[in-house]
Amino acid sequence: MGLAILLIGTRKGLMITRSTDDRQTWAVDDFQFLNQEVYSVALDTRQDPPRIFAGVGTGHWGPLLTYSDDLGKSWTEPEEPPIGFPQGSDASVDRVWQIQPATDQQPDVVYAGVEPHALFRSDDRGQSFALVEGLWEHPDRPKWTPGGGGACLHTVLPHPTNPDDVLVAMSAAGVYRTRDGGATWHPANRGIQAAFLPEDQRFPEFGQCVHKVAFHPDKPQRLFAQNHFGVYRSEDRGDSWTPIESGLPSNFGFALVAHPHRPETLYSFPLQADAERFPPEAKLRVYRTEDAGANWEPISKGLPADPYYAAVLRDAMVADRGDPAGVYFGTRLGEVYASRDDGDSWSLIASHLPDILSVRVAEIA
Amino acid sequence: MTSRLLLPAALRRYAGEEAEVEIRGGTLGEALDDLAVRLPQLERRLRDEQGQLRPHVLMFVNGVSVRSGSPMETPVGDGCEVFVAPAVSGGRS
Repeated sequence: MGLAILLIGTRKGLMITRSTDDRQTWAVDDFQFLNQEVYSVALDTRQDPPRIFAGVGTGHWGPLLTYSDDLGKSWTEPEEPPIGFPQGSDASVDRVWQIQPATDQQPDVVYAGVEPHALFRSDDRGQSFALVEGLWEHPDRPKWTPGGGGACLHTVLPHPTNPDDVLVAMSAAGVYRTRDGGATWHPANRGIQAAFLPEDQRFPEFGQCVHKVAFHPDKPQRLFAQNHFGVYRSEDRGDSWTPIESGLPSNFGFALVAHPHRPETLYSFPLQADAERFPPEAKLRVYRTEDAGANWEPISKGLPADPYYAAVLRDAMVADRGDPAGVYFGTRLGEVYASRDDGDSWSLIASHLPDILSVRVAEIA
Repeated sequence: MTSRLLLPAALRRYAGEEAEVEIRGGTLGEALDDLAVRLPQLERRLRDEQGQLRPHVLMFVNGVSVRSGSPMETPVGDGCEVFVAPAVSGGRS
């Protein structure tokens, strides 16, 4: 692996780290966007130069969606507002939760998921975004409720070969899928329990509090979902889901990451419970399945043995494309741990940061 | 109808590091519309895309807060000072 870039978005700024020795050591750049939350980051390597995106909360002054074409040395915010609801829509963007470049077939397409629940699409590589009206006008939307973190569209999963097929996940509205490029959307939550609802209403068509959805690009029909109580797998791209939480110490958590090369392998970071958001038994552990959720094993070699009372948020765990794969997670204690052997062992690569909201990684050619 | 928009340090980078800029219009809304043409990145730090003052932005016209009522209808004009400040809010993070 040549130059690897790891982006660490925190509650109070962005850290960019680089590795030139096959991910053995990481050099840290200056801390950027001081005192501003960096909820979303993305590394778009589909074109040269690669583009870094950051969704920044500027506190009093509203959200900012900005990008850098020189790996973070300088940042560009377009003159025209890059993202915003149409005038008269009675909504304004509170936070950019997710920035997701589309597939290689659409090198100029970038998606952004925001709060309140909405999806935006850029066809000019992030210069300007347009509201995806089909989702915004969905008849279910008035019934969508915010999760604890807000009314966020936090996950966007474009199909790797069919650009008309896009899946989004929203708290607490659930998973929705379009098969016609965003014109129409359908809830995709059958089999997912909303454990927080009255007992006779726990399998609604929508309204589940999905925390993260992941999939492997070689097997786009198979999805994995971490919900607010429940870990699930779908073999039909969201038409139906079955639980795969047996073997995990808890069915609560946020982060869920697919292995870059093995469709059967998935990484989870369980938390004790929704009212106890720290690692089960206060043991800092990642859980890995190598058979699509039939069995899970804790992996903790190199992680601290002392009790650990900090969570990992939904976008704070990620895998690179290396072989063996690198896996990275950042905690709310401001520490980043990395594995360069598929998760078999871990080392601390950054510490003493503000709590970590988002982590992304890519190899730069 | 030219007013002076006085900026806190955090916003001066959107105005060429100037501490104040001129805004033109008979109401605060018109003046900020004018600002949106000349310095769009500064204007969007003050108002959201619906033209509403951001929730934690304070503006004072000649020393009087405009948060209540219809802030954008506030008359401004020659000799007016429009003072911008971040509200004393937050503390959660």
